[in-house]
Amino acid sequence: MLTPLREGRSPHPTIYLDHAATTPLRPEAFEAMRPWLTTSYGNPSGTHSLARAALRAVDDAREQVAELLGGEPGEVVFTSGGTEADNLAVAGAARGARWDAAAGSGRPAAPVCCSAVEHPAVLEPTRALGGEEIGVDAGGIIDLDALSCWLSAHAEDAALVSVMLVNNETGVIQPLAELAALVREVAPSALIHTDAVQAAGWLDLPRAAAAADLVTVSAHKFGGPKGTGALLIRPPARGRLHPVLRGGPQEHELRAGTHDVAGIVGMGCAARLLISESQEPARVAQLGDRFVAGVLSAVEGAVPAVPRQLRIGTICNLGFEAIESEELLLMLDAAGVCASAGSSCASGAVEPSHVLMAMGLSAGEAREHVRFSLGHRTTEAEVDQAVTLVAEAVGKLRSP
Amino acid sequence: MRVLVALSGGVDSSVAAALLVAEGHEVVGATMKLWGGASDSGCCSVADVDDARRAATRIGIDHHVFNFTEEFSARVVVPYVEAHGAGLTPNPCIECNRHLKFRSFLDRASRLGFDAVATGHHARVVPGDEPRLLRGEDVRKDQSYVLSCLTAAELRRLLLPIGHLDKTAVRALAAELGLPTAGKPDSQDVCFVLQGTGAGARERFLSERLELHPATVVDHTSGEVLGEVPAVELVTVGQRRGLNVGGGERRFAVRIDVGRRLIEVGKEADLMADGVVLGERTWVRAPLPAGSEVMAQSSAHGRPAKAVLVGDGLLFGERRRRVAPGQTVALYVGDEVVGSGIVRPGDVGAAA
Repeated sequence: MLTPLREGRSPHPTIYLDHAATTPLRPEAFEAMRPWLTTSYGNPSGTHSLARAALRAVDDAREQVAELLGGEPGEVVFTSGGTEADNLAVAGAARGARWDAAAGSGRPAAPVCCSAVEHPAVLEPTRALGGEEIGVDAGGIIDLDALSCWLSAHAEDAALVSVMLVNNETGVIQPLAELAALVREVAPSALIHTDAVQAAGWLDLPRAAAAADLVTVSAHKFGGPKGTGALLIRPPARGRLHPVLRGGPQEHELRAGTHDVAGIVGMGCAARLLISESQEPARVAQLGDRFVAGVLSAVEGAVPAVPRQLRIGTICNLGFEAIESEELLLMLDAAGVCASAGSSCASGAVEPSHVLMAMGLSAGEAREHVRFSLGHRTTEAEVDQAVTLVAEAVGKLRSP
Repeated sequence: MRVLVALSGGVDSSVAAALLVAEGHEVVGATMKLWGGASDSGCCSVADVDDARRAATRIGIDHHVFNFTEEFSARVVVPYVEAHGAGLTPNPCIECNRHLKFRSFLDRASRLGFDAVATGHHARVVPGDEPRLLRGEDVRKDQSYVLSCLTAAELRRLLLPIGHLDKTAVRALAAELGLPTAGKPDSQDVCFVLQGTGAGARERFLSERLELHPATVVDHTSGEVLGEVPAVELVTVGQRRGLNVGGGERRFAVRIDVGRRLIEVGKEADLMADGVVLGERTWVRAPLPAGSEVMAQSSAHGRPAKAVLVGDGLLFGERRRRVAPGQTVALYVGDEVVGSGIVRPGDVGAAA
């Protein structure tokens, strides 16, 4: 009768241009993690030698991550990823602020704000707290005048301003130093948080994130494993965050839960590699520029979402006239090219990018955009092949 | 052939996909995300997407999710609300088929290089240059009514793999294949209105989107005022309940005038009509000339009635109950769908 369960086809050679979504685990990181998944299984919170061995591994990783972020080991709090770190920063600061609900206007938490182009991991906790979203200009840069207004209105009690260092959809770099100066001047009590998840590996974080009191990173965006991240908590923020996860005393009582030792070790290893590979940012950015130039010359009606000087070179968001991004992604996938667009909703459907719409694009225009993000594995040959495949895919969609 | 199957998450479309795979076609499944609102529990909800994906994995085919929420809102939900606002009783499932499944989905399939699309509808396509659309083998489950707006152009690129099977056979196949959807009950209601909450659901949905107006209920013959209803937009021709006309003889809504906020009620005899006026006519192949005899079916599983095509609609063989304006009438010759139309208010002229 019917033959059930056909075997899946094996995928053709892949050109992976979706590093902003996730990156391959570095083989060195995998090797570093292995013993902590097999023979060295101690819980770092214990007292015996197995536990202490695990604790030392966590300490080592903590040092690596601190160096990557430009902070001290004692300032690093390990979490389950970027999302948890963002939630700890936003909700932690809002609830931690000395907010006198009785004397205040009855609002449930201290005032927080973020930019309108933040990742949902910052937007959603901000919204849940009744916080403000500050608009951006056509280039995706936060409106500092609007921010200034908000800061003035909340000069006494603003708890947190959160602005991501590099945008995950467009690669746009926010003027963190300028923004921080504004906050310190108008609302000095407010903490400054930056989601540096997309910046890690591409910008020199000790310099670029120096002005922030709270910095988020996520391991799987820079060659580490999924399920591990960190929040750097600098001295001005110390003692001012309420924990999100309560339970045991881990991470200075800021983040309860048994340490994911293997994940943390993997993250530390990936961080160490990043620090040592100082040529990578320039190499990959050049490849990004080559890719964009190639596509623009091979495809009519292709336009970058953002001018090059506003963004990092490794995230290339391009719009294709009269093309549905969902369809282009499928055609590219069939040809072995991995890219993405907008964000996924709970059902897995692609939603048009809220970032592009905050920059002034209509939903229809946003639906023409695809994000190509390069990384450590990307080669020149891949970039050139990808340009050809993109041109072919667009061509097929335009005349089926 | 390369076939894109519309997987709804239900058992019919899962089995349809499995049958195509068994026939040796290159099959890919896709679920349309149509609605993300509060009702996300009916057809094509997140849970259904998960079911569709698991079924696809079981069958061994790729699965994608297509975001058609904007088209769905513009072409199904908004017109549904507007139709009610105008006193019509729309059939959104037919509009979804007309605009989404067999326009947007079909066009996308073509652009992506597929030769055909397939669904789990219980109906049959007879392929050819002049393809034909027939009722499904199992008359109780026949879904040709909701496909009656299709034309030869769409039928040439449509496969309906389960139309020759009855429902028990479909479920048996699903069980044999180990499909996770084998035991799943069929979805019944309009997908974007909250399910399981009864008659109030539609009213709640509309009241959130439409300004509702009270209307006077009057006797169709004498004009005597009989009562009031809170929302004229929620009343349908043929309705008996909720008209606030008290006990006594059964009375039905016979005419609805939204503009004048008036509902005329009458006895069952007053509901009878000689025919219907039809607009938005579609023909599967060539239009049939006036005077042609057809069988007219005015609901998904209603009994078809003999009718004759006339200039502006249909004349029934025997007087029968009015069909609410906004509803679709599917036209059959034997088991074959020949066309469709949407009922317009008014009485059909006798002129052929």
